[in-house]
Amino acid sequence: MSQRELILAFESSCDETSVAVVQDGTQILSNIIATQIHSHQRFGGVVPEVASRHHVEQITECTDLALQEAGVTYADLTAVAVTYGPGLVGSLLIGVTAAKTLAFAHGLPLIPVNHMAGHIYAARFVAPLTYPLLALVVSGGHTELVVMRAAGEYEIIGDTRDDAAGEAYDKIGRVLGVPYPAGKTVDEMAHAGHDTFDFPRAMHDSDDLDFSFSGLKSAFINTVHHADQIGETLDRNDLAASFQAAVIDQLVGKTLIALRQHPVAQLVLAGGVAANRGLKAALEAALAREFPETTLLVPPVRLTGDNAAMIGAAAHIELAHQHFADATLNAVPGLNFQHA
Amino acid sequence: MQLLALDTSNQAMSVAVMQDTTVIAETTINHRKTHSDLLMPTIQQLLAAAEWQAADLDRVVVAAGPGSYTGIRIAVTTGKMLAYTLGIELAAVSSLAVLAAGVTHTHAIIVPLMDARRQNVFAGGYQWRDGELLPVIADRHLAVSQLLAELALLQQPVVFTGVDTPKFAAACRLQLGGQASFADPVSSLPRAARLGLLGLHAPLADAMTLTPQYLRVTEAERQWLATHDDTEHEPYVEKV
Ligand SMILES: [Zn+2]
Repeated sequence: MSQRELILAFESSCDETSVAVVQDGTQILSNIIATQIHSHQRFGGVVPEVASRHHVEQITECTDLALQEAGVTYADLTAVAVTYGPGLVGSLLIGVTAAKTLAFAHGLPLIPVNHMAGHIYAARFVAPLTYPLLALVVSGGHTELVVMRAAGEYEIIGDTRDDAAGEAYDKIGRVLGVPYPAGKTVDEMAHAGHDTFDFPRAMHDSDDLDFSFSGLKSAFINTVHHADQIGETLDRNDLAASFQAAVIDQLVGKTLIALRQHPVAQLVLAGGVAANRGLKAALEAALAREFPETTLLVPPVRLTGDNAAMIGAAAHIELAHQHFADATLNAVPGLNFQHA
Repeated sequence: MQLLALDTSNQAMSVAVMQDTTVIAETTINHRKTHSDLLMPTIQQLLAAAEWQAADLDRVVVAAGPGSYTGIRIAVTTGKMLAYTLGIELAAVSSLAVLAAGVTHTHAIIVPLMDARRQNVFAGGYQWRDGELLPVIADRHLAVSQLLAELALLQQPVVFTGVDTPKFAAACRLQLGGQASFADPVSSLPRAARLGLLGLHAPLADAMTLTPQYLRVTEAERQWLATHDDTEHEPYVEKV
């Protein structure tokens, strides 16, 4: 028996099939990611049935590659972990079924992991986490402020009332003619433009921590349509810059309010939108100005998107708490942290 | 050969453990579609009843579709991962063939049906010859009217089976008259022991690449393919 703790982790909540081997919650021995972006680009967004079909195609090969690359066998493994929610039910079921099968076949404990916990624990690969901690989780499906008072304890203090930030990027990306997923391209365009349109910053003055992007999205679409009607051509880079500035102002503004209410030593920026350069720079500047004692932790780009290594890192904490599932584990598409 | 057979293609879930052609234990639950939580505990129970460990298995046989898309993915994923991780054989059998195999002692053409909504069905045609169940009409997704028109042309006795058959019985009788008969409700349930028998000598499938037999592209892909060239867009999935 090996002294190292080795977790084989599965992630299939949306359109990435990923399998990883993580050692002691801190070291990635392998992190295979099969992305379906190219497939869903055909439809301008993730089609759940197509996603599920790709997952079942990929799952065995990804598992094999993860074990090979890590150079480990089943006898070396401590546990199997899997994302069981939130996400698309058909997608989640492939990872859950695969993980249950392996755990059963080799008599290994099965650890159910919340996908959002995974996103936060991606930061564990950057530095040890200290608690209490605040996390801003921003992705195609989520925009949440989460307080962690201890390892493995999550409380939502801010949530989106309508679209997730990443979703808003995709929607305005469609208007700009940017292929799905739009985040990266809009970020690049924003850097080449200027905030000239002064789009609305929702609820910026209120004390509550919830986000809203639908007003911004409507303002953006109305501006473009109005220009179309009067035959005026707007600068696309300026449009992108103005949109991104409004998104970032809201994300940073709410995060600063949260930090005033919950002083912490570490702020984790997690989720796919964490790869946005503008957001990262704005958060860094805001922290330097108002909370110089708070460190911003941003996982590397490969770990901000959906991947199984982050699930392995979160599972390490669940393992310490002996939080196991039995063979009846099912996908929970609407799984969420407790609201404060 | 120590064999495990899994069918989760539709509402009924059926699991069997077999020693060659001998059924050691079988469970069929035809209640709610909760295959994802019930399948693995059922496998554990049946192996325990047989006093086998997972590692004692030589082959896993799955009903690979058609059927409920989510359902067939559960059996296929479980079968693939089990075969891969234990290094044992994997065989995939048509879910329609499993239904057909429940109707024995007939020379008629056995037509298993599954409701695919909007007056469409998944259906095939099978016939026993020298104790072997042979496909005589390929599994397809088609309009029930088209299926019945084709069967009428055969001018041969036809036995319909599958739990969805009563929904189409009136149309079958109308079109085929005395040519049509119907399996009883118990024989119409998919039974994993029948799947096991079919899978005992079935050709091996590759655990790495096996995918379900959906027999139908998704609506999104159908619309996209109507205006695009498929080949220019591949690969759809990339390891990054
Ligand atoms: Zn995610």
